[in-house]
Amino acid sequence: MAYMSEGAEGLRSIPALLQRNAGTFGSRPAYREKEFGIWQSWTWAETEKEIEAFALGLLNLGVRKGDHVAVIGRNRPTLYWSMVAAQMCGAVPVPLYQDAAAEEMEYALQHCGARFVIAADQEQVDKVIDIQDDLHQFEHMIYVDPRGMRKYDHRRLHDYASVQNQGRAAHDEFVGELTARRESLGYDDTCVMLYTSGTTGKPKGVVLSNRNIIETAKNSAEFDKLGPGEEVLAYLPMAWVGDFIFSIGQAYWTGFCVNCPESAETMMTDLREIAPSYYFAPPRVFETQLTQIMIRMEDAGAFKRGMFHHFMDHARTVGPRILDGKPVGLLDRLRYALGSFMVYGPLKNTLGLSKVRVGYTAGEAIGPEIFDFYRALGINLKQLYGQTEASVFITQQPDHEVRPDTVGVPSPGVEIRIADNGEVFYRSPGVFVEYYKNAESTADTKDAEGWVATGDAGFFEESTGHLRIIDRAKDVGKMADGALFAPKYVENKLKFYPNILEAVVFGAGRDRCTAFINIDLTAVGNWAERNNIAYASYQELAGHPKVLEIIRGHVEEVNRSVAGDEMLSGCQIHRFLVLHKELDADDGELTRTRKVRRKIIAEKFGDLVTALYDGSPSIYTETEVTYEDGRKGKIRATLTIMDAEVVPGASPAMAAE
Amino acid sequence: MMHGSDQSIWGSDERQGAVKDTEGYVTADGRQIGGVLMELRNITLRFGGVVAIKDISFDIREGEIRAIIGPNGAGKSSMLNIISGFYTPSEGELWYKGAKRPPMRPYEIARMGVARTFQNIALFEGMTVLDNVMTGRLTHMHAGIASQALWWGKARNEEIANREVVEKVIDFLEIQSIRKTPVGRLPYGLKKRVELARALAAEPSMLLLDEPMAGMNVEEKEDMSRFILDVNDEFGTTIVLIEHDMGVVMDLSDRVVVMDYGKKIGDGPPDEVRRNQDVIDAYLGVSH
Repeated sequence: MAYMSEGAEGLRSIPALLQRNAGTFGSRPAYREKEFGIWQSWTWAETEKEIEAFALGLLNLGVRKGDHVAVIGRNRPTLYWSMVAAQMCGAVPVPLYQDAAAEEMEYALQHCGARFVIAADQEQVDKVIDIQDDLHQFEHMIYVDPRGMRKYDHRRLHDYASVQNQGRAAHDEFVGELTARRESLGYDDTCVMLYTSGTTGKPKGVVLSNRNIIETAKNSAEFDKLGPGEEVLAYLPMAWVGDFIFSIGQAYWTGFCVNCPESAETMMTDLREIAPSYYFAPPRVFETQLTQIMIRMEDAGAFKRGMFHHFMDHARTVGPRILDGKPVGLLDRLRYALGSFMVYGPLKNTLGLSKVRVGYTAGEAIGPEIFDFYRALGINLKQLYGQTEASVFITQQPDHEVRPDTVGVPSPGVEIRIADNGEVFYRSPGVFVEYYKNAESTADTKDAEGWVATGDAGFFEESTGHLRIIDRAKDVGKMADGALFAPKYVENKLKFYPNILEAVVFGAGRDRCTAFINIDLTAVGNWAERNNIAYASYQELAGHPKVLEIIRGHVEEVNRSVAGDEMLSGCQIHRFLVLHKELDADDGELTRTRKVRRKIIAEKFGDLVTALYDGSPSIYTETEVTYEDGRKGKIRATLTIMDAEVVPGASPAMAAE
Repeated sequence: MMHGSDQSIWGSDERQGAVKDTEGYVTADGRQIGGVLMELRNITLRFGGVVAIKDISFDIREGEIRAIIGPNGAGKSSMLNIISGFYTPSEGELWYKGAKRPPMRPYEIARMGVARTFQNIALFEGMTVLDNVMTGRLTHMHAGIASQALWWGKARNEEIANREVVEKVIDFLEIQSIRKTPVGRLPYGLKKRVELARALAAEPSMLLLDEPMAGMNVEEKEDMSRFILDVNDEFGTTIVLIEHDMGVVMDLSDRVVVMDYGKKIGDGPPDEVRRNQDVIDAYLGVSH
């Protein structure tokens, strides 16, 4: 790995890494894409030629240094090449979310003043055409898939292949200029600009330099010992920083192969065919997969089902220990080996995860059962904690030190500091340069010494040195007695039960915690069907005494688990109720991305919150609801308030009881 | 005018030079429609004493979407069966690509570039989507039994070439994710799309669709409409369709033939047909 040391000296940009890879790994595959039913592949040498031809084409169209080039579409080699080609020309690629509506795109395109847009297909082209009158700097659009484009006005519209052809034709004319621009790329020049999704206010353009991306890629690749033989499946949005780090940063640094699926629907099949060795998925993907496995196992024959459950029980007890390299008895190892042959191996193969050496999940909390299920199968699934502003990596879990409730140790090169209010700050070579054209926000987020506020509250576990994230910093409060109150931490624990869809925990400034619970109609309805419990409506099912008992069981289990945590044992739930309606974005109770709007819920259901604290056994309430067509109606219900057992802990909150 | 055929994704184009008649018309959305591809002259079809079709004449032009509509039992499917050669008309003449078409077997007509889908789905339920669509290439396979059996030489090269065409159709109709799924396991709307794929795999110059939207929900209808328009636009394929959903017919087609009790009661662009009193009567019902 001699080339690793060159990082700081010779290799100061992605195009420079491309040049090195074309020399070092020339005949190894760099990209694959499934198209027309077979995997088409391009070696590093071919990739360099493709990118160069497109870059020449861009010069031919008049791309200037420092221009912004927007890239919109699903993961395809051509779009990755477009980004690197733009860099080669000294321009800045700006990948955008392909599922964004035209108006959302308009903001980003206007904000960065993109002169060029590279769009995957007719759908994306149409969106840009819709808004192009308001984009004053926009000049040319290039599309990849020519389908349906024949009758469009081609004065400002170009076919990807023809731009490449023009580039090849103009090779002699522009190659000098291209080489000069490529060689002038500096370590602190902008590598890419990514828009944050913007849950609060307008999206912000995060500017990341070559240094940010390359240093981060280098450090993280060394951390997990990634080599040129890795296979990854690129299926997460290209506008997301994670995809840029995995599919460009690390891929170009280590020279591994990026595989693009045929379409979003074929992702699972393509995953199975590629069998990646390095894999990333948000918790949602793992949850869906697990639910599918469980449903299919319920439909399997008695023998197969029995075998599955027998070996999975065994895997849950010893699987994670074997993976962590801890001592396990010989007999247990033999049984695990048999299980691998009978169940785990075939299952992993079906999931496309047989070859996963390093797997990551991040973005939100993952349920411990889900996490342990995959670890039990022998899949090295780990967690990491990151942000766009950090070029992804803030903390990550090293091999053999993986647990569901922490996010790991600081990534190589990252310093972490916890402020007095519990907020996590970090400083690293990956820390972003600035928010584009937004000095104010930049100053709010990043201080003069380079420390960046994450907005999340957390703490380091003293025994292991692992970071634990408990909540958004602004949601973390204090209870009446001064104990730490972290609602999301408890809500997440509750939501890991399939029967619970949503939970809202109250307790800031109070002496004890209480909760609203939303049942999951699919899971609870399924249970009711199997147990011959008749119900006519969501409301009736939610108020059924047996359902309330089940939920009480879940709440008490959570209480026991929370009690084990010395800092948060005050957050146990004393009383709860099951809501008579599902929390809904149409009623303003959730955001469009299904995040709980705590304040609005507390105001809207003020009578219920009062009842939770004044000791009444039940409460009559009327709630206004909005139907999908905009009409409004009222739901009336009498809700039973349930008491849950709390576990006396050592914390001062319990002592006050 | 061979509209769009030079852009065809299919390799060879057998349709070129087919039509000598160059007079055409321009549609409302600006597409150039070519000369007459098929002409039906005074067609009558009898089953014993029953007259299913009575003295009907109309033409189908190169590149247009031509709809045949009418109430139940009007004789629409019989008309389509005459065009596809499944029925031989009792009286009248059928001119195709400038020549009078003698009575032919359906496979001979298929070889002449006519493909169709069926009102009741007619796929091989036990076979995968891919295999079903491959059957659409049957008219393009010429290797002998020995070569086929040994999977060597001509048979193998042919299969690769045909598979490429089929994969392009699969890509075009966006059914990659069900490529290896047995057709029997698919929902109705997708089966209809597979049928369309099989018809397209034959690289037809004329595509006959018998109630392509029957039994579909709104979303599936929208998808299917989009695909029909795309096929016509992208490959210049002439499309003849029977459909009950008036909204769909009026939106999709360039010209409409209206039938009732085996007779033609209207013929023209959708707007004209919509105002035709005979057509209104046929649909709203008056005593005959």
